Amino acid sequence: MDDKKRNEAYNNYVKAKIPKTRPWPSLFNSFWIGGVICCLGQGINDLIMLAFPNMAEQTAWTYTLVALIFLASFLTGIGVYDRIGKFAGGGSIVPITGFSNSITSPALEFKNEGIIYGMCVKMFTIAGPVIVIGIIASILVGLVYLFI
Amino acid sequence: MAKNQTVKFKNKPVIIGSYSIVGPKEGEGNFGEFFDYVMKSDSFGEKTYEKAERKMIQHAVVGAIEKAKIKPSDVDLFLSGDLLNQIISSSYAARDFNFAYLGLFGACSTMAESLAVGASLVDGKLFDHVVCSTSSHFSTAERQFRFPLELGNQRPPTSQWTVTGAGACVLAPKGKGPRITMATFGRVVDYGINDVNDMGAAMAPAAMDTLLAHFRDSNTTPDDYDLIVTGDLGKLGSEILIDLMEDQGIKLGLNYNDCGQMYFTRKQATLSGGSGCGCSATVFNSFIMKKLRDGSYKRVLFAPTGALLSTTATQQGDTIPGICHAIVVEGVKEED
Repeated sequence: MDDKKRNEAYNNYVKAKIPKTRPWPSLFNSFWIGGVICCLGQGINDLIMLAFPNMAEQTAWTYTLVALIFLASFLTGIGVYDRIGKFAGGGSIVPITGFSNSITSPALEFKNEGIIYGMCVKMFTIAGPVIVIGIIASILVGLVYLFI
Repeated sequence: MAKNQTVKFKNKPVIIGSYSIVGPKEGEGNFGEFFDYVMKSDSFGEKTYEKAERKMIQHAVVGAIEKAKIKPSDVDLFLSGDLLNQIISSSYAARDFNFAYLGLFGACSTMAESLAVGASLVDGKLFDHVVCSTSSHFSTAERQFRFPLELGNQRPPTSQWTVTGAGACVLAPKGKGPRITMATFGRVVDYGINDVNDMGAAMAPAAMDTLLAHFRDSNTTPDDYDLIVTGDLGKLGSEILIDLMEDQGIKLGLNYNDCGQMYFTRKQATLSGGSGCGCSATVFNSFIMKKLRDGSYKRVLFAPTGALLSTTATQQGDTIPGICHAIVVEGVKEED
């Protein structure tokens, strides 16, 4: 009992002592970097539509996503994306580029343990939960949609 | 009644040689000029970082043996530990040596643990030459405990930067060099911190526990030391330790500092400072040893702390146990 009280008091003391992150500068940086990534996506989409006027809009979106995923993956490979992420925080994690980074980075990291047991197994350690929760959420939303 | 945790050495084992090797980032830090060897790249010419860490230990051990001016065949026992699972860096490094080997794990406190065990064995005249060593590597620790290197995430302000470095030293019953006069073996202390990004707060109570035990058992006060130095509590953790000690009625003054806090310059943006076995090991085997040899320090209390966590236990919701071992090193001016 005594230990429990002591630990609680210590945890409260530490919580008060921890330096706080200032939310506004971080929010500002993630907002504008996130915005730039979205503009880049829109730009790629517009260029595709310009180059192939007959292409269906849906198809152009797919190509845009592929381009963004490749770009983020490439930047991860040459060691730039983690620097952007350090600065932008959520701004570079939330768009699809962040998802690409979260798959490429463990793949790079664990390639030394072999293609199968290293790269392929570890590739989804960070993105895996996102995929699982994404699928479950879409099933739930689908069910709700079915009954409305 | 509190049990005695402190050993006072009768024969006072001598540190006859020490060696430190660090990565390029560490070389640019505050202790840069004191290290024996700064690597040009973190991979040290190896294919993987794990292999690089192994090579760093070997490099440090060979360096320490050379500086001690003994032959490798004179070494009786090799004590070493690191942060990786199954302490592979140490054990795999020992594979290439012809020494008896004891693997130790005290997380970031391993340097003091190996020195305390080594000094006890030498003091008891059981072995003549004991090599003590530890290492840590930013990239291997990061991938074992945290996220892949290239992941674009942000680090919280309490997080620390694992030092890429290895340190080694040779203990002998007699010879020239600083002498180990006391060792305090620490208890495992857990104050219920479960934030893995806040190791300083998790380890500070352990440091307090060991320092209190040390002052009690040895009848000394902080003023009896030229330097009291913890390993890798970082900026936050060392502030917490000062507060905790104050609550216990002991003031840590200007002679107290923390290796992790001092390690990097402000520009290097390591947030709360350095951490890892290599943090205290490289500072001890370079800066502190040099200052003890040239007589700037006469008596140093070296008390690195370790967080004995594993990712499995943390994910199962367990809190982080900490440990701290302390040794007292006394400098003898090298003129005789």
